[in-house]
Amino acid sequence: MTVEMTAQDFWNLFQQFASLSLLGVGGSITSVPEMQRYLVDETHWLTDLQFTSSIAIAQASPGPNILFVALMGWNVGLNAGGGLASGTSAWTLGLLGVLATLVGIMLPSSLLTYNATRWAHRNRDMQAVKAFKTGMAPIVIALLICTGWLLTAAHHQAARDWPLWVLTAGATLLVWRTKLHMLWMLGAGALLGGLGIV
Amino acid sequence: MKETPNSTSAHSELTRPQSKTELFTTFSKMALKGFGGVLAVVQLDLVDRKRWMTQTQFVEEWSVAQIMPGPNVVNLCLMIGGRYFGIQGAMAALAGLICIPLVLVLALAILFGGVSDSPYAQGALRGMGAVAAGLITATGLKLTHALPHNAMGLGACVLFAVLTFVGVGLLRLPLAWVLLGLGSLACGFAYYKLARATLSEKTGSQT
Repeated sequence: MTVEMTAQDFWNLFQQFASLSLLGVGGSITSVPEMQRYLVDETHWLTDLQFTSSIAIAQASPGPNILFVALMGWNVGLNAGGGLASGTSAWTLGLLGVLATLVGIMLPSSLLTYNATRWAHRNRDMQAVKAFKTGMAPIVIALLICTGWLLTAAHHQAARDWPLWVLTAGATLLVWRTKLHMLWMLGAGALLGGLGIV
Repeated sequence: MKETPNSTSAHSELTRPQSKTELFTTFSKMALKGFGGVLAVVQLDLVDRKRWMTQTQFVEEWSVAQIMPGPNVVNLCLMIGGRYFGIQGAMAALAGLICIPLVLVLALAILFGGVSDSPYAQGALRGMGAVAAGLITATGLKLTHALPHNAMGLGACVLFAVLTFVGVGLLRLPLAWVLLGLGSLACGFAYYKLARATLSEKTGSQT
């Protein structure tokens, strides 16, 4: 897929992700529907498949999940440059896309977080700061368990997906109760999936 | 004062990063080990291996990282880097977290572009996704060990945790509502409990 993009479009891409940055409370994964609306439905810079595979590949790759945003920028740039086969120009535009989306999504929130948390640390003996940390602890722990639950619940066809649930439950127990290295478990997951068992 | 992992005895066993280079390499290593999200590895490495912080401190930092806008792990690494070496430390930790994984994910995208139609590749992604979901859940379960030390009391903690799970996981309410609603309730209750603890401490020391 090829799209026409001007310098102004890359700037708009940056601005769009920068404006999502401060809305991403609880992780940028919560802004995914908005990103899809903009990149796929409104501007047609990405196909639906490119959009969803950006997320899946970022999850299969080591590193913070936020890199799915970089892959979206990369794919937008590649589309603008006429695809990977077009060589250097496409690569350059791809990297420009990465810069626009990744810096856009991280810069505003990082500036805010850095300054706010410095303040909170200097005032860590203040009753309100202590109360915030004490009160939020059970909620953020529950949110973490929720994230795992929601990722599993996305596969909701019991007849087809039950082996997947067993795999998730098994991985949960192993990570929780043993010190087995997670690379082994991910490898096992990839193998079971690749062979079509789960 | 009640004995918590925050007290001085636990502090003496803690270490700290020696340089910005150590921040960079530590976060690089954690990022590279972190499939399906880095948080599980960050908890394991910073608390259990590096001993830069206790389990309770980790949950506290994590709460702040979670409530601030932006990717949680990015926030956490800015906070930890900034704590020890200011803005330069924050940049070093962030660079460690992002740089090498970014190169890898681009390489993977290019490779996957060639095999994306293969059912094997799609199956492998599916299987790894299921393991990653278990990883995240297990990290949450591990962190529950910090809750008995919470000043609100275990009962209140369990109640807030269950309500959060029902709200976000089952009813699918917007996260912002849950954080604002349950969050302010929990913080208000914690403020009340902490204030009462301080008060009884004062009256206790007078007698």
